Amino acid sequence: MDTAEISALSVRNLRAGFATKDGVIVAVDDVSFDVPKGKTLGLVGESGCGKSVTALSIMRLLPNPTGRIISGTIEHHGNNLVDLSIDEMRKVRGAQIGMVFQEPMTALNPVHRIGQQLSECFFLHFPNITKKEAWDRSIEALKRVGIPAPETRVTEYPHQLSGGMRQRVVIAMALACDPGVLICDEPTTALDVTIQAQILDLIGQLQADLGMSVVMITHDLGVIAETCDEVVVMYAGRVAEKGTVFDIFEKPQHLYTTGLLSSIPKLESPGKERLSTIPGMVPSLADMPMGARFAPRSGHPKIGEYLESAAFKEERPELAEVAPGHWVEDCEYVRVFG
Amino acid sequence: MSEKLLDVKDLKVHFPLRSGLFSRTVKHCKAVDGVSLSLKKGETFGLVGESGCGKSTLGKTICRLIQPTAGEIHFQGANIAGYDRKQMRPIRRDVQMVFQDPAESLNARHTVREILEEPFIIHGIGDASARRKKVDALLDRVGLGKQAAGKYSFEFSGGQRQRIGIARAIALEPKLIICDEPVSALDVSVQSQILNLLMELQKDMGLTYLFIAHDLAVVKVISDRIGVMYLGKMVEVADGAEIFKNPIHEYTKALISAIPVPNPRAEKNRVMLRGDVPSPIDPPPGCAFARRSPIKVSEEIASQPGDYVEVSPGHWVEMHPATVADYDSYAASS
Repeated sequence: MDTAEISALSVRNLRAGFATKDGVIVAVDDVSFDVPKGKTLGLVGESGCGKSVTALSIMRLLPNPTGRIISGTIEHHGNNLVDLSIDEMRKVRGAQIGMVFQEPMTALNPVHRIGQQLSECFFLHFPNITKKEAWDRSIEALKRVGIPAPETRVTEYPHQLSGGMRQRVVIAMALACDPGVLICDEPTTALDVTIQAQILDLIGQLQADLGMSVVMITHDLGVIAETCDEVVVMYAGRVAEKGTVFDIFEKPQHLYTTGLLSSIPKLESPGKERLSTIPGMVPSLADMPMGARFAPRSGHPKIGEYLESAAFKEERPELAEVAPGHWVEDCEYVRVFG
Repeated sequence: MSEKLLDVKDLKVHFPLRSGLFSRTVKHCKAVDGVSLSLKKGETFGLVGESGCGKSTLGKTICRLIQPTAGEIHFQGANIAGYDRKQMRPIRRDVQMVFQDPAESLNARHTVREILEEPFIIHGIGDASARRKKVDALLDRVGLGKQAAGKYSFEFSGGQRQRIGIARAIALEPKLIICDEPVSALDVSVQSQILNLLMELQKDMGLTYLFIAHDLAVVKVISDRIGVMYLGKMVEVADGAEIFKNPIHEYTKALISAIPVPNPRAEKNRVMLRGDVPSPIDPPPGCAFARRSPIKVSEEIASQPGDYVEVSPGHWVEMHPATVADYDSYAASS
């Protein structure tokens, strides 16, 4: 199977982490997935599960000098992004892979006009472009993301825009040079629900118009269900389960996935009610077991014997394919039982 | 149960904005603009709305952390809106607050024991050994265990910190707790633990909650009644189940339909709003929502204020041609 044909981006055995004075802390531990062409892949998990570090690794934007990709490959258009030089990578960012960040106010420069910031993308990727052309294309880019009166907006500063409008500007910037892949890292977490709905619709529409592939990173399973074709559920730096959105929501196989799904407050619930919870909390990245990391919280009836066993301390579970394209961590103590 | 613990009448909080040579007041930010609500003893009132709608200001004003501009706040029958600091002191025992960001609301230089002892010291309750026992009991009650007492707040995760915040709020056995976005900063699995804890405490201690959040699904699981705020005004109030089954105000409908549903086969029937929330600084005249509503009305009608009408027992709606789809039939029946 040549996956290069159908996937826009292919992450293989990615390990990434941060150098600290007590050694390297591995935040992403052997993560693999493919982003299907023209489709949306969701990365979902709670804080500290490694989803943002994965995104930053793809963009090669891990904080320097502490953050680093330890091993693995990121294939895009026949290139391994991990091996590219800084200059080569700069040509990929924006032109081939765009990124939308969570907090638009920190992603935008407060002392430059919107137009100047947008023009910068064009100057970088089209060295021969004139100022006038870059300015006109900036207006065009704002029009594309549905900003009213783009001609006046280009002359404004970020603080003059509302949160939703700022996020539209960030999206316009990410899409300015028509990248084939768009990475959205919690694009709507800082926004209100009605504005979130507008932004998600916009991303979906642009994706359909431009034929982009999208990586949607979020902690919100609702956003995942509405926007994604395929989903990777991450827990403590590893892939717990991956499959199509229907596999994950309708036939979840990992106890973490089922735990997450049942702890969301649901609108269709009859009213005031107790929620189901996942006991315990995420282990610290500094002292992770080798075995199934969700095991201490899984609530499996025979979990005690696994936690005592040598396997928990030493053996790393592989992913097993339970149905075509549906993979789950292969350890019976964290799999749905009964 | 039917006893009114809190009764807020036509509360207004306007912040003056000054500018110019003599710092004249040139404009007002109308954060809360004529809100009335009442809380029965033992119930949870959920307050939802988007950022800037004034829900947090309302909560803080009820606690008297912000001075009201006009209106009445009746707590256990007495109007506390005009109380001075000394008069407020006994009230502060009965009205407590849980904040959104537990990291910011806990003193990082104090141990958990010092944080939790403080309310007892301020109110002169018990001697050192009695306080010690009380703090241990509180920590057990919120599921942290007394070994947490010697640690500092930054040694805990977000969910655990929020438990400390809750322990502090219940220390003096208050009657009313104002929870301002208590779970918004937490992950889903932790969020559900905290919501369950709040519900247990309410049952055991007979607490009344004003629960402020922007997430309707969260508000739904914890609230008996829900109020929706928009630009400083309450636009709809009803029982939790009723407001989801039968939302009448277009803004409520839009809010409910905007929530992403964790079901990939769910059908989307979004009520899309036009534009952004207007600024509460000199808001548009008349009905604040009219210019964003999917029901388009002329500027003349939009600048008329709506009426506050009880459409069915306990279900109040801001009635205006732009906010209610079959306005004419409601207008005819009332």
